[in-house]
Amino acid sequence: MKEMLVILVSAILTDNFVLSKFMGVCPFLGVSKKVDSSIGMGIAVTFVMVMASAVTYPINTYLLVPYGLDYLSTIAFILVIASLVQFVEIVLKKYIPALHKSLGIYLPLITTNCAVLGVTLLNVENSYDFLQSIVNSLGAGLGFLIALLLFAGVRRKMEGTNVPKAFQGLPITLIAASIVSLSFLGFGGVVQGLFQ
Amino acid sequence: MKKNLSILLNGIIRENPVLVLVLGTCPTLAVTTMAVNGLGMGAAATVVLICSNAVISLLKNIIPDKVRIPAYITIIAGFVTVVQFFVQAYAPSINKALGIFLPLIVVNCIILARAEVFASKNSVGASILDGLGMGLGFTLALFAMGSIREILGNGTWMGISLTSGAIEPMTIFILAPGGFFVFGILIALVNKILTRKGIEHPASGCAACPSREFCEDAKKGGC
Repeated sequence: MKEMLVILVSAILTDNFVLSKFMGVCPFLGVSKKVDSSIGMGIAVTFVMVMASAVTYPINTYLLVPYGLDYLSTIAFILVIASLVQFVEIVLKKYIPALHKSLGIYLPLITTNCAVLGVTLLNVENSYDFLQSIVNSLGAGLGFLIALLLFAGVRRKMEGTNVPKAFQGLPITLIAASIVSLSFLGFGGVVQGLFQ
Repeated sequence: MKKNLSILLNGIIRENPVLVLVLGTCPTLAVTTMAVNGLGMGAAATVVLICSNAVISLLKNIIPDKVRIPAYITIIAGFVTVVQFFVQAYAPSINKALGIFLPLIVVNCIILARAEVFASKNSVGASILDGLGMGLGFTLALFAMGSIREILGNGTWMGISLTSGAIEPMTIFILAPGGFFVFGILIALVNKILTRKGIEHPASGCAACPSREFCEDAKKGGC
């Protein structure tokens, strides 16, 4: 239990996917303009991450590794993620149209989000078991959601400010991201401190 | 000949994938803690870019339009796996430094974007040149950023000590916040140069980016 908590909290705070591992920076910069779209994107990413980890774990353990095919994991995982996203979209559209309406638009973006492929590859690299993989991907997704949400707030404050012309748009956004990332560095020792 | 040269130079300078089109931000930020890592990442991505552009251009009439993105991703993933083998065998230290970002070349926007925007519409020769130009542009940008971060953050360049203990290096530059900061400053610098020279920001490089519908920056030419 304690080990699961360590994985969860470190995936959310200290090893935040966006702010310290630089995965999923594109959607982080693209979708964080409004609070509600950040929430939608964050939830959709968390959902796909957990599903992808749940599906890729058995594929890797029972199919790729026993036959010595683990070098194919990159190809296998990206295809699984692409078809999974498509599948989730179809199912949501048919059975839960309300949810599809609010999350559906974010789904196609997720296939090429490196955070999703990244979390499945990291699960293999760290040789996590099934439950640890799920917890890790849940933490990674929640970390992404929190980063997006916090940053949406920062960007709203920034909107009315007078920025030098060359810095307008992306450059000032990146510098703000740098400051937010700096504050996440402060979580460095928290995980060890909490669970020892 | 002149046209070929302009295709090549286009990717290196005028439409630099990292600094002007702002594609592939994740590897740009993650691996540039040292100049040599930037070179390694750039070289790996360039090889994948040239090979995938060539193959996609050859298959452009065969791949059905509806499944083109999965087809492109499969082709790209195949080449990434091959490159990964080579790096593991001949440059284990680079493999270790790039870590998970080596397989993540698969989802690098630059490669998919060039497949969609260029290789699927042009001849094989032109696609190879475009891949080479874009790859070199990516490598140069990564090398520049890696150099800045390594010199400021570690006091070394390509592993050679520059300050030799005279100045305390600012470690923050090789940590995550420094990555965002240096990248922001570099893009601002490029913006400044582009405006001074009166060059219009080139058309959006986001044509293949799946985020373009939500990304308000797509109209301005960046993701």
